[in-house]
Amino acid sequence: MSAITLRELTKVYPNGVRALDALDLEIADGEFFALLGPSGCGKTTLLRTIAGLETASGGRVHIGERDVTALPPGRRDVAMVFQDYALFPHMTVQDNIAYPLRIKKVDRRARADKAAETADELGLGALLQRRPGQLSGGQQQRVALARAMACHPQVFLLDEPLSNLDARLRLEARTFLKRLQRELGVTTVFVTHDQAEALALADRIAVMEGGRIRQVGTPTEVFRRPANTFVAGFIGSTPMNLVDAEVRDGELVVAGTRLPVPEGVQVTDGEKLTYGVRPEYLDHTAEPASGGLRGRVVVVENLGSFSLVSLDLQPADAPAGDTPGTSVQVVVPEGREPAPGDTGWVVPRPGRSLLYRDGELVTPEATPAVPAARTAAGAEQ
Amino acid sequence: MSTATRTAPARTDRPAPGTAPVAVRHVLSRIGRYVFLCAVLGFFALPLLWLATAPFDETPTITASLPRFTLDNFRALLDNPYALSSLLNSVYLAAGTAVLVVTFAALAAYALSRVRVPGRDALLYGLLLLSSIVTGTATMVPLFELAFRLNLIDSRLGVILILSGGLLPAAIFILKDFMDATPTSYEESARVFGASPLQIMRHIVVPVVRPGLATVGVWAVANVWGNFLVPFLLLRGPEKAPAAVIMYTLYTEGGQADLRLLSTFSLLYSLPVALMFVFVSSRYGFRFHGGIKR
Amino acid sequence: MKGRRRATGAAPDAAGLGRARATGFLVPGMVLILLFLVVPAAWTIYLGVTNYRLTGLAAANPEVVGLDNYTRALTDERFRSSLVLTLQFVLGSAVIGQAGLGFAIAYALRDRRGPLRRLVEGFVLLSWILPSSVVAFLWIALLDRDGGTLNALLGIPGTAWLLDHPMLSIIVFNTWRGTAFSMMLYAAALENVPRSHLETARLAGAGTWQQLRDVVFPRIRGHVLTNLLLISLWTFNDFAPFLITAGGPEQRSEILPVYVYKVALSGGELGFGAAISFVMLLINLVIALVYLRMLGRRKETA
Repeated sequence: MSAITLRELTKVYPNGVRALDALDLEIADGEFFALLGPSGCGKTTLLRTIAGLETASGGRVHIGERDVTALPPGRRDVAMVFQDYALFPHMTVQDNIAYPLRIKKVDRRARADKAAETADELGLGALLQRRPGQLSGGQQQRVALARAMACHPQVFLLDEPLSNLDARLRLEARTFLKRLQRELGVTTVFVTHDQAEALALADRIAVMEGGRIRQVGTPTEVFRRPANTFVAGFIGSTPMNLVDAEVRDGELVVAGTRLPVPEGVQVTDGEKLTYGVRPEYLDHTAEPASGGLRGRVVVVENLGSFSLVSLDLQPADAPAGDTPGTSVQVVVPEGREPAPGDTGWVVPRPGRSLLYRDGELVTPEATPAVPAARTAAGAEQ
Repeated sequence: MSTATRTAPARTDRPAPGTAPVAVRHVLSRIGRYVFLCAVLGFFALPLLWLATAPFDETPTITASLPRFTLDNFRALLDNPYALSSLLNSVYLAAGTAVLVVTFAALAAYALSRVRVPGRDALLYGLLLLSSIVTGTATMVPLFELAFRLNLIDSRLGVILILSGGLLPAAIFILKDFMDATPTSYEESARVFGASPLQIMRHIVVPVVRPGLATVGVWAVANVWGNFLVPFLLLRGPEKAPAAVIMYTLYTEGGQADLRLLSTFSLLYSLPVALMFVFVSSRYGFRFHGGIKR
Repeated sequence: MKGRRRATGAAPDAAGLGRARATGFLVPGMVLILLFLVVPAAWTIYLGVTNYRLTGLAAANPEVVGLDNYTRALTDERFRSSLVLTLQFVLGSAVIGQAGLGFAIAYALRDRRGPLRRLVEGFVLLSWILPSSVVAFLWIALLDRDGGTLNALLGIPGTAWLLDHPMLSIIVFNTWRGTAFSMMLYAAALENVPRSHLETARLAGAGTWQQLRDVVFPRIRGHVLTNLLLISLWTFNDFAPFLITAGGPEQRSEILPVYVYKVALSGGELGFGAAISFVMLLINLVIALVYLRMLGRRKETA
């Protein structure tokens, strides 16, 4: 059992910066868990605190059944792979991989064998006598992983494992990493600032900001139902559209258009909310559509098999050429792109709109959206 | 096209104004440069001529002259009871100081680089300033007194300790720079694997900063090898004296200096540092920049 | 701000040393420095106000004589002339000699990579690396009145350089010995001057001297100052001229280091010698501060 439990974990630096603010977190045994957030959010500090390289100012860390809060890093039975891999330059690949075993006082023959075995598993068999300086970036990463694996720790900690690789290699390494973790079944926590990477790799993600965890959930949860506007804006290759809305007569007024309030949400007249919907969940049409937002196309970005279209929202009764207030983006399949200057309507798909009050999500969990449902305004498959 | 060729010959008749003087100036400056460099070469080579010729001359004189070649002069070294032993003394002093300086400076530099000791920066710059201002010459009186009180007069250990004290601030400064440039992830990685601080130092830190340690070691040896004042002050009698002091006594002792001895001894005494320098500069590209980053 | 990578120089306790062990690591080095650098400096002050001698009554019972040694030093003709000679020595062999010649050589060799550069640099560096006792004798041999190579080359046998021109001799000797450091420093500094700057000046019509003045010097001013500071301090405290002239003849080349030696260790007047040493320390400090001030000011205007 190597679940990780954090209780009220706090870290305050001598200059007063609260890097971790009373965090509670449970990571299940065998889970591939991501710590995601912008720089400065505390994710690396959290990783290092779990490793023991930083001492917590308050709270507790449990690995498995043990309370490891007071234990030094070498006794927590964790292995950490650093962003720069930290392969000892003066040792061969074999000695590098065998190093943890050397510390554990395994005899020379046994640890050489173990190192060779681990290296083979990762396809490094031919490189055993090379020095790190003679390896490519991808090979170095695998050696670092082999070294972490060789001592069979309870937990893997990976600090930005893919950021040192160039873009093409990164995708390969991503798949490799996911497979490896699945095969080994070891609890793995990794830090990244790349939300696509987190979504692709992790079983569950913790999105952090300013030393706090803003949401914990599966990639689907975090993508479909971000718990607050911060997560909504952070997750997704194209950011979620977040538009000011006002409640009037039981309906939402979004940039002049009246939209129904999503089911199950209690609202009071006159209050100001934030209306959120992803560009991928909007349908663009050149025909007027009820329940849709009207706007003027400003920018069309071609992204290959689809385009990202930005519209400045203009209610129907606004004079033409009026200064735009809000803008939204919508994903349009290829062949259907409008031209800049055209007027268009974007219609949200049912069950995909979210409402935020003071930044927090208020739309309750809906019944799974029926994918085939479309508005009557002629949007096609 | 034809018009172009017609004007071309006309252009070469008279050189454009201003180009001739520039070309001449250019040539003159080049000649001037070469002359200057030859003069410089001559200036720096001249005193060395004697060192290159006299040891191999059957009848060496003060004047540098073409030698009547022989290797017999080196026997004179063996006749003098103190010549060779002084070289050994020099080796002892240089090696001892280098070991002491490298070890202590490495420990101190590592601690200063990795651990936030209060007042660290002020300490470093203060030490550096101190070591430039407080030289052996300026404090020869109290050093002598101090050595006397600590019973270190006429002790080679005393010389080693005093020389180390003078070299340490700069050595710490240089090594700290090296340590700072070494990423901490190596040490942290080893720490997570369970290595103790001592193991980390042995397995990781020392091998990685070896070039820095070598630099400081070589620099210390070069400094001590030629140091005259401290052994001259502190050591009595020629048995313990290093080559620097013996060299001096050889030509200030009364009577006619034995040029055979002097010349061969000078050569033998100079050779190790010269060779070491050549070796280090070819291996590590030792272009010492006087502190400037290239 | 959290999240930044551990920058160099701000490395946290990566190996888990802890404050206690770190202090332990510092102790051996600091003890040596304290004992053999700090204590002697401080002791100079104390000794300077006593009448301590190597032998005789005052050796067993030194008495504090207050500032007597200092007043004696400052009014002593020999001390004053020694000070003047030392300043001449520093000016001549360090500022003009080593720095000037070093710069000239570096400038003449700039942009060349061939065998000539290696040859010149090789000889210059050789002069620096040879032990001072050997170099001293080579110069004694060179300048010998009757058999010296210099007189033989110039065809003027009988010129007693060391006797008639002692200061000139030690100035040239020290220049010869120390130029290498300045040359290497300036060579590196000159390489840092971007070609584009020089070419811009040349295209604007600037001659060599103007290029030096307008492009090169402003950029290397900091390095010049650092270099001058170091070699001034080193030259001021250099004992090697003792090996050639021993301060003679008749104290005409008796720079301060030699003077202190003569007075304190030959003459046995340790208290008086310490007072002079302290004055030397003070002058060292002043030199250092003056240069540091000039360096600091340069950084502000840069």
